[in-house]
Parts: sequence; structure tokens; C-alpha cells
Amino acid sequence: MEDKILKIENFYAGYGKLEVLKNINIEIVRNKITAFMGPSGCGKTTLIRCINRMHELNKDAYYKGEIYLEGESIFSMEPVILRRKVGMVFQKPNPFPHLTIYENVLAGYIINGIKLKKEEKDRIVEENLKKVALWDEVKDKLYLRGTHLSGGQQQRLCIARTLALNPEILLLDEPTSSLDPKSTIEIERLLEKLKENVTIVIVTHNISQASRIADYVAFIYLGELIEYGRAEKIFTAPENKITEEYLSGKFG
Amino acid sequence: MSGTKLYKNIVNIGGVLIVGLLLAIFITLFLNSYPSIREYKFNFFTSKIWDPVFEKFGALPFIIGTLLTSFISLVISIPFSLSVSLFVSEYYENAFFSRIFETLIDLLAGIPSVIYGLWGFFYVTPIVRNIQIKFLLPPTGVSILTASLVLSIMIIPYASSIAKEVIKLVPNDLKEAGYSLGASQYEVIRKVIFPYAKSGIFAGILLSLGRALGETMAVTMVIGNSIQLPKNIFQPGNTIASIIANEFTEAVGELHLSSLIELGLILFLITLIINLIANLIIKKYTFFEI
Amino acid sequence: MKILKDRLFKFMVIFLALLTLFPLFSIIFMIFKNGISVINLEFFTSLPKPPGETGGGVLNAIIGTLLLIFFASLIAIPFGLLTGIFLYEYRDKKIGEILTTFVDITQGIPSIVIGIISYLWIVKKMGHFSLISGSFALSLIFLPIIAKSTKETLKMIPSYIIEASLALGISYSRTILKVVLPSSIGGILSGILLGISRISGETAPLLFTAFGNPFLNLNILKPVSSLPHLIFIYTLSPYDNWRKHAWGCALILIIIVSFISFLNKLFLKKWKIKF
Repeated sequence: MEDKILKIENFYAGYGKLEVLKNINIEIVRNKITAFMGPSGCGKTTLIRCINRMHELNKDAYYKGEIYLEGESIFSMEPVILRRKVGMVFQKPNPFPHLTIYENVLAGYIINGIKLKKEEKDRIVEENLKKVALWDEVKDKLYLRGTHLSGGQQQRLCIARTLALNPEILLLDEPTSSLDPKSTIEIERLLEKLKENVTIVIVTHNISQASRIADYVAFIYLGELIEYGRAEKIFTAPENKITEEYLSGKFG
Repeated sequence: MSGTKLYKNIVNIGGVLIVGLLLAIFITLFLNSYPSIREYKFNFFTSKIWDPVFEKFGALPFIIGTLLTSFISLVISIPFSLSVSLFVSEYYENAFFSRIFETLIDLLAGIPSVIYGLWGFFYVTPIVRNIQIKFLLPPTGVSILTASLVLSIMIIPYASSIAKEVIKLVPNDLKEAGYSLGASQYEVIRKVIFPYAKSGIFAGILLSLGRALGETMAVTMVIGNSIQLPKNIFQPGNTIASIIANEFTEAVGELHLSSLIELGLILFLITLIINLIANLIIKKYTFFEI
Repeated sequence: MKILKDRLFKFMVIFLALLTLFPLFSIIFMIFKNGISVINLEFFTSLPKPPGETGGGVLNAIIGTLLLIFFASLIAIPFGLLTGIFLYEYRDKKIGEILTTFVDITQGIPSIVIGIISYLWIVKKMGHFSLISGSFALSLIFLPIIAKSTKETLKMIPSYIIEASLALGISYSRTILKVVLPSSIGGILSGILLGISRISGETAPLLFTAFGNPFLNLNILKPVSSLPHLIFIYTLSPYDNWRKHAWGCALILIIIVSFISFLNKLFLKKWKIKF
């Protein structure tokens, strides 16, 4: 029986009068890559942003239902605490421009005023930059500003920054859609390695990407969960007709 | 989240501060004008006698002085402001020297008022004196006209900076429609650009006016400091701002001071209203913030 | 006929536009011509001589101007930043719009009226003129400038930077204080330099607050001289020596204002953080 780390239960969400997600029920499996897929506007980004309670920051945002992390409702936690357990990487790489590469990795600590000894800081920086395969490329320029890297490198830096907090889940919202093909493949390989230690949920509109790396797939259409299951099954023998049409490129 | 709550509370102080400040300024001006308001009521605006010795204070000479200098300087400056804005936003919109030109006009706006006064005193007053001599008038050099001339130069950048932005905003396809109908550039400017941009241009002119009304140092140095009602623009005079500057430290008695403060209150209110109207127009019709 | 009108109009526009530069060049030319001859070491280091005598300098005014600006900054910068952050936080709400208008109104108050206010609030209470009342008046002019430029700079920080910070479990207040503000330092400093440039030339608010002082004064409770103030009284005085000094003061003032402007443009490029 697979180990479930996150449970989304009877979940609705939207903005003002617009209902974006209807009756979502998903259980995310630990240490696997789960992909949320679907055409533009289907609600997958809204869903992922609910998991770390970033959705609430939007104007007129509302939600109904429950999301449990390791059995505990995320809505009963302080958002700040939750977001250290559930990290997020965004579509556009966003390293802090006023911080160096070194400081960017440690941003979660520095900005929160957590004091660390120099050796501890060095260790965290090296360890996490190695996890994202960036260490060799930047170890001599750690004191450059975070924006002095290429797009792909910046995105890996953002992942390292998030991993430095040792989150249980890593959320990625279309992390490669603004990157070139080479960087995309690098990030995909990275995610496959990382899943051993962290659960990964990725939103992607790129069907081939999902087929390359996802272990589980949730197909969302017009705010509803159409189908959810193991990736191999969904890609080879989807049960739902809409899923099949989407995967074969008839729309989306 | 107590950190964020504390933050929000401290930030809110910033809001309370500015509201409190503005209210306090208005209340202070009003309370200190009150002795004068109570004493002279409407005569303050109609009497031309300003006599500290007999404690009779009528502000008409200064109101006239302010109106004359503001109106004349505005009329003189408008053609220049419009020319500057047409130059950089229409005729030579994309030329590199327009950017240099704009910087130079900004410099004009950045020169301190007292330096305009210095220059006006040594450069403009001799010119006016020569004109006065030609017209067989008392060759004071300093006069309402001198102040108006100096003022007109100072306020050019205000109208031109607004006007140049709104002229840039006129949609290209509207202008092209004009050209395609055979209109010359002059006609497109007159019949397409100006009508489209007119509220913005008007707001810019209001801003120049607001500036002219409140301008003190340059005016004080070249207007001649007379408390008589000026009979013509070649005579010395005073504006509301300049009489305050000239007499405040020498004010004799509570009523004198109170009258000067009442003048300050009037100035405060007039510039407030004009700037408010100008801002409202800018917000409503042009969608960008100044 | 139509073409004639068109050409004539264009010519007139160009003529008038270029003519507006004439006063600028005239002012700068006259300041340099008349001011250069006055500037020497004595001018910078000694105090004014009594009227009628030759020589002397404007040390008291130079120090006075620097002190006035310093204390005005001490008052205006913290409160200006606070107000600016307020305007930023409420920028999408009605209260933010209204208070932005309040700040605009304050910015538009004629500086002589600001002088009256400082006089009534401080000079009258203290019973005498002082450096601090002059600085206070200048700070009332300075504050709205800082508030508005702070608000505009903060607005330019893209929301994805804020999201990145929040997603790391950083609280909102820390995000503003430790991510957004540091990223805005270039624009904020620019606003400060702009304000300093502006208040260094202000005279009207000082006429009955700082008042002027023929001697060097470092005491904030005593009156103090300043460059713009000297220009004012020296120009209107009948003494040739003083009038010459007025041009010298003007030259120093113009150089200070230009230097600050130059610093501003230089640092704006260096400190501006690209997104």
C-alpha cells in the first residue's frame, strides 16, 4: 500500500463568484512525482497554490474543504510554518536580486532571522547546490548576485533555496516553461533524483514532460478531477474519454 | 501573526501622520487668522488700506498684485510651455536632442527661486527700467511687470511637463487618420492633438498657475514691495506671498501678524483647490499619476 | 497657403521652444561670470565682514545650509519612509488614494506658508529663531517627496519576488522589510537625493525660522544662516561687496544642486536592481 503524505478532500476553490475547482479528491503519494495536468485555465495552478496556502493571498479568493498534510489540516497551521514544510518553485525563476547566490540559498534562514554559524551556512549552501547540480558551476562565484546566472541556473538556484529548508513536499508550477530545452531536461533529471528524499508535485501543460517524469498523474478539466492514477496507466489506457482526447492532442 | 500585526500598526501610523499633519496645518492657520478674520471680515478683501500703525488691514493691493502677476505670467508662459511640449512630443519626438532638451528644461525647473530672484534683479530690472524710461514712467526697475516676467520663465516647465506627456498619449492612428485626409501637421495638431489632450493641457496650466500663486522669493526680490494698490503693471507692488515674506518678521502687534497669517491661509486654500482640481483632471482623463 | 501656415507654425514652435533655453543659459552664464571672481579660499573659510567692508566669506552660510539639510533629513527620512510604505500597502484601496492626495496637497503648500507653520509651532513656543525650526520647516517640504518616491519605487517590485519570499515561509512583514525594501534602496535613495536638492535652495521657509546669523552657529537652538538666505539679503542690500558675495553663494548653490543631481543619475544606474 503506497504511503500517502497529502490528502485533498472534497475541495472547492475560486475567486469571488468564479468557482475554479470543484470537488477535488486526491491523495498524493510520498516520494513520488505527481503531475497535475490539463488545458489552460483548468484550475491546476489554483490547486497547487492551495496546497501551500498561497491561494489565499489573491483578492476575493475562497476555498472550501480540507487538505491534510501527514494527517494534520493545513488550515489549522500557521501559513508561515506550512510553507517551510511545503516549498514552491515558480514558473519564472525568481532569485532575490539583492542577495548573492550564497545568500539566496540561505534566504529562508537569513530573512527569517535564524542565526547560523559560518560552517553551518557553508554546509547548507554546498549541500543544496550539489543537490541541484549547480555547485560545480557556481562555487567560484558564490558572491555574485543571484541574477547573474542563466535562466536554467536561476531556476536550479530557486530549487536549492527551497530545498535548504528541508521541505516534505516540493511544489513546482510549470518550472520549465520559461526555459530552453537543455535546461528543461536538466531540471527534469534533477527532479527524478530528488524524489528519493522529497515528494514532488508538478503542474505542467507539457504532456511529454509529464510522460517522462511523472509517477502519478491527475488530469483536471474545467475545475474537476477527471482522472487520477499511475502515469503508465493514464498514458496508455486512460479510462475517461476527455483524458484520452487531451492526451492525444485534440485540445489544450 | 504578531510580527505582521505589529508591522501593520506601525505602518498605519504613517497614514495617521499625514492626515494629522495636514489637519493641524489648516487648524493652526485658521486659529491664528481668527483675530484678523473677526476684526475685518469681508473688508479684508476689499479694502486697499494696509496700515500697521492704525491697525487697518485690507489685502486688496496684494490680491490684485497676485492676480496680475499670476495672470500675466501664465499668459506669457503658455505659448512657451506648449511650444516646448510640441517640440519634444510631436515634432522631434524621437530625436536624440529632444532628450537633452528635456533635461535642460528640467534644469530650468530645478533652479532655486532665490537664484531666479538674483538674476531677475540684476538682469531683468535694468531692462524694465529702460522701458519705463522710454515711457516716461518712474524708473524703478522693480515692478509688477518685472515679477511677472521672471515668474513666467519659472512656471514654463510645469505646464510643459504635463502637456508633453498627454500629447505623447494621443493615439497614432488618430493622427494618421488626419494625415490620410490630407491635413498638414499644423492642422493635425490643432484639430486632433489639442482637442484630445486638452484636459491634460488644462491641468498642466493649472499646475503652473498653482506654482505662480505660491511663488515667493523671486517675486519678492523684483516686485518692489509697495503696499499701495498698483495702478499699472509698471508700478511696484506686492503679492500675497511677498508681503508675508517682507513683513512677517517686522509685524507690529497681534492684528498685524494675524492679518499676515490670514493671507497665508488664503494662499494655502487657493493653491490647495487649484492643485486638487489639476490632480483630479489628470487622474480622470489621462490614467497616469504625477 | 496651408503649407505656409504649417511651416510658419513649426518655425514658431521651434523658435519659442529654443527661446526658453535662453534664460537658463543666461542665468548659468551670469552666475559663473560674477561668481567665479568671488570664489577664493577666504570665501569658503571666513565669516561675513560688516557691510561696506571688502573681503570676508560665507562659511556660516555653508555650514548653516549643511546643518539645516542634515537635521531636516533626520526628521523627514524616517517619517517619509513610513508614510511611503503606508501609501504602498494601501495602494489598491480607497484610503490609499485619499492619502496619496493628502500627500500631494502637502507637497503643494507654498513654502512661505510652511514657514508660517514652523514659526507658529516652534519659534513662537521657543521664543526665538532657531536652526531646528528651520530644519523642521524644510522637513515638511522634504517628507512628501520621500513618501511619494518610496511608494513609486516599492510599486515597481514585481509580485513574483514577494511570492518567492512568502513561499519560503517568510512572513509578510519580513518580506517587506527584508526583501522589498532592500531591493528598493536605489529608488528610495534617489528620492532622498531629489529632496535634498530641492530643500537646499529653499529660502522662504527659513525667513522667520532659521532667520539668519552673521556668525557661525552650530547650536540647533540658535538662528543660523544659509546660502539661499544670504543670496536674498545680499541681493537687496546696497553694498557692493555683499552683492558680489550673493553671486558667489549662487555659484556654490548651483554646484551643490548639480552635484547632487549628478550623484543621483550615477547611483541610479549602479543601485538600480534589475528584474
